[in-house]
Amino acid sequence: MRLIAQRLIQLVVVFVVVTLFTAGLISLVPGKPENLVIPFDNTPGQTLRQEFRESNNLDDPLPVRWAKWAGDFVQGDLGNFYSASGGTPVRTRFDQSWPVSVSLILYTQVLSLLVAIPLALWAAYRSGRWTDKIINTFAFGAISLPSFAVALLLTYYLGVQMGWVPTQGYVRLTEDPGEHFRHVIVPVLALSLGQIAVYMRLLRSDLVATLQEDFILMAKSKGISNGRVLWRHALRPSSLTLLTVTGLSMGNLIGGTLVIEFLLGIPGLGVLIGETVLRRQYEALQSLVAVVAIAFVLINFTVDALYSVLDPRIRERTT
Amino acid sequence: MTLSTATEAAVAPAVPEDADEVAPKKRLPIGAWLSIAWLVLVVFLALFADLLPLHDPNVSVASKAELAPGEEGLWLGADGSSRDMLSRTIYGGRNSLGIAVGAVTIGFVIGGLLGLFSGYFRNWIGKSLAALFDILLAIPALVLALSLVSVLKGDPVQAPDAFRLPTILILILALGVVSIPLLARITRGNTMAWAQREFVTAARAQGATNGRILFREILPNVLPAMAYIALLGVAIAVVAEGGLAILGASLDPPAATWGIMINDGKSAMEDAPFIMFTPIVATFLTVMALNYLGDLIRDRFDVRESAL
Repeated sequence: MRLIAQRLIQLVVVFVVVTLFTAGLISLVPGKPENLVIPFDNTPGQTLRQEFRESNNLDDPLPVRWAKWAGDFVQGDLGNFYSASGGTPVRTRFDQSWPVSVSLILYTQVLSLLVAIPLALWAAYRSGRWTDKIINTFAFGAISLPSFAVALLLTYYLGVQMGWVPTQGYVRLTEDPGEHFRHVIVPVLALSLGQIAVYMRLLRSDLVATLQEDFILMAKSKGISNGRVLWRHALRPSSLTLLTVTGLSMGNLIGGTLVIEFLLGIPGLGVLIGETVLRRQYEALQSLVAVVAIAFVLINFTVDALYSVLDPRIRERTT
Repeated sequence: MTLSTATEAAVAPAVPEDADEVAPKKRLPIGAWLSIAWLVLVVFLALFADLLPLHDPNVSVASKAELAPGEEGLWLGADGSSRDMLSRTIYGGRNSLGIAVGAVTIGFVIGGLLGLFSGYFRNWIGKSLAALFDILLAIPALVLALSLVSVLKGDPVQAPDAFRLPTILILILALGVVSIPLLARITRGNTMAWAQREFVTAARAQGATNGRILFREILPNVLPAMAYIALLGVAIAVVAEGGLAILGASLDPPAATWGIMINDGKSAMEDAPFIMFTPIVATFLTVMALNYLGDLIRDRFDVRESAL
């Protein structure tokens, strides 16, 4: 229970600091906020801008404005997306776009782990041999290739040259599962390649250390097959760092997804965030950044909780 | 994706080995020489671009757009606006590397100092600083960088008289600010490890001041780790600039960076893929060389990577 209370306090602190930071950042922009957010006001007498000033409490000092914003936020109101003709709730677009990004990230994590874990086991088993060296060299190259470059290269070879996959756009899983998977091949492969390499390298180095341990020697001397030693005895104690990084890499994946979505015209959260920034919808941006930060923190809490599942020593310490 | 290598570095398992047993000096592997050669070439071209017999990178020189490489004396061909790809790649490298090195310098100095202090002074100030780094890392780096660029650029139409930094400085600042918590966290982890060593206790017993211990005893030991992270950081920043370019938040046209060139080449992908390939290859080789040398420093100095 104490742990959960501690986590909750931590979450609140992250929320407050991150959003105050964003709010402070926004107040740095030169010029009147209402003119920035609504560059063209077509309503008579510029009532839209006036409304915007009032609905965002711009006449209040920063702490009061923040408190009012936070009050709206916890009730699920993410603010408005303004254009010349008026404001539309960001919530509507948010509800449409987050499943897209979440599924891309989920596919990426699953694929990355599915490929990285066997590769790491193989490389660690063959540590120092040719297989290990070849796998490592490829991983090194993969780490050095930015995901947007992979996306462009795949679009060119698989899309333009071969015509196997579409070069742009997105189809929802519920609309047409086949088309859905054809559309996610390029973004997911692009995001996964670097991820696989990172996971593989980490797990391999942990595995190499674990394989030196006495209990591995013991298992081998009992005549347990290599495969079973690797998968059942060595993998679990070696997977803790990998787990942490899987959680922490969420932040990078969100950034990577943002660029990939932009590049391939996928209507996800990344495009929404990018658009709020580029069209200077700062109030909406504050809400979206808060959502992302909270999600990031929650994921890492879950990862911490999974620790005790994997490592009995931690389980005993907390209970 | 190099962005991920930062997290890898942040939590990779620490191998607590006695640093007195530094591995005997080995000869540099061939990969190191190739990496150094490539970086020297790129830096040389970036520094002396103005003195080289190159076309203006921002002016059309070819007789037609998307001219194939080798024709009309343009070794790398021409881009969609008939500009010389060779000179754009060189000047683009100059901008990309300039932005990356500038950003990492900011992160290195500010983040490094903050990390050093928060790792050495384990009181509430040090602890709250550490908590602040962790919190700021909850904002995805690219989102933060994009927001900073947008905020610092302001709006030239709505606020034409407002003071505005040159765009290249804005990019350096934005990417620099983003790298501060990352560098601070890693420096902090290393400082904490070194601060517990006997020689620090010995120095303190001899009456050395905190400043002396920090800068004369601890800093020299933390520097290899910081050098490793700095090399990695330059690589990450080059890639991050590419990401910003794709989002349309890099330098203003017609200036070139590798990211901008990749983004420009995207639309000509079907007819002239070489426009896209050239900057991708340049980015790839540069990032790989930096990563390789970073790894080498890490292995040689037995850098303690754990920031936990």
